[in-house]
Amino acid sequence: MNEEQELRVKRIENGTVIDHINAGQALNVLKILGIPDSSQGVVSVLLNSPGKFGIKDVVKIENRELNVREVDKIALIAPNATINIIRNFNVSQKKKVHIPTFVEGVVRCVNPNCISNSNEPVTSKFDVSVEGNLILRCTYCGRSISEDIAKNLL
Amino acid sequence: MKFKGHHIISMTSFSRDMIDSILETAERMEPIALGKQRSDLLTGKILAVLFFEPSTRTRMSFETAMYRLGGNVLNLGSVDASSIAKGETLADTIRVVDGYADAIVLRHPKEGAAQLAAEFSTIPILNAGDGAGHHPTQTLLDLYTIKRESHLEGLKIALAGDLKYGRTVHSLCYALSLYGAEITLISPMELRMPEEIISDLEKRGAKVTESDTIEDAINEVDVIYMTRIQKERFPDPAEYEKVANRLKITPELLTDARPELRIMHPLPRVNEIDNGVDETAHACYFKQAFYGVPVRMALLALVLGAIEI
Repeated sequence: MNEEQELRVKRIENGTVIDHINAGQALNVLKILGIPDSSQGVVSVLLNSPGKFGIKDVVKIENRELNVREVDKIALIAPNATINIIRNFNVSQKKKVHIPTFVEGVVRCVNPNCISNSNEPVTSKFDVSVEGNLILRCTYCGRSISEDIAKNLL
Repeated sequence: MKFKGHHIISMTSFSRDMIDSILETAERMEPIALGKQRSDLLTGKILAVLFFEPSTRTRMSFETAMYRLGGNVLNLGSVDASSIAKGETLADTIRVVDGYADAIVLRHPKEGAAQLAAEFSTIPILNAGDGAGHHPTQTLLDLYTIKRESHLEGLKIALAGDLKYGRTVHSLCYALSLYGAEITLISPMELRMPEEIISDLEKRGAKVTESDTIEDAINEVDVIYMTRIQKERFPDPAEYEKVANRLKITPELLTDARPELRIMHPLPRVNEIDNGVDETAHACYFKQAFYGVPVRMALLALVLGAIEI
């Protein structure tokens, strides 16, 4: 982020900065991370921020370092995002999100007659593949979702 | 090849070698299925039959298969008279029945039910239909019928009727693609096979063509596989009548057919095959229903470990 943007959203001392989120997806990223319920620290959201590759969203979460599982879930809706772990105002780790091959309990199956949408004691499960688009295939009923993943987040 | 303890959920998990092994085992079971030989292969074993939806052929042929091999059957009976009516989950039902039987055959109205059951079961689950999802034992008996009454290698087959919603035809087509079949699809515009399935089949090695009428296919194929067109798919009853009459097999239509032509149908039929066809050598849909017995005998014997191949 450049200086002008920093005036809008200040640097954080400790926590995680999720950068290069597809514009418009920042609020869904928060939803996946269970924020605000799962975080005590301040969370800053920057929407439609100009970047090298066009506009993007940025999320800064103070006093929380994301784990691998959470990061992988973000990849479903923001495949180009980078995760920066901040310690004492410095970037101590920087990595790109990794698209998982399998996700559980993140997305609802779009098939209303799928057993995972009933009162059974199971969470939704999907195999993930990339064929041009990201495709999630329900391990129960086999129905695929490629668009509208964000709309079907649990 | 190890089948013992395996769940039979969908055809997608079967390789061609696995299918061939099951069909060969079924062939060995045929004299027992016909009552010409006795067997005690599954003596002492219990099959739990959990049908949450009505069924005639599938349920009875599974029960017959178990009895013919000397095993016993435990039937859930009416869903209304069971704990399910009190709101019990499928997962709990499976965990309970798991302690009563050696294998479970399950039919359920929800897609993915058999997969869920497999997650909660320590004994083999055999999927006998999960909503609009999979029905692998139907596909295996269809393949067995084709093998016994025609041939799987170099097969030319026409599938006619409701190709959009029919789970049996989708599953059968995928299995036939393993054998490089030439597939002709005959259906009204409203009930055409989904494009993504056709494209998948072609990627898997099947040759697929589409046609509007049965007449054109009759002299080109080895097997015609008919399916029922459901009236409720058509908002206009007149349109249904028109389509249903166009996709109908009559004895007249078969006048010049090659003697080797075989006609299959998963049953029940409504009027897509005229009763007059039943007496011709082409009809093999009642044999097809019988072949469900040796195929299900083979599957039960394999997953219960009574036979190893």
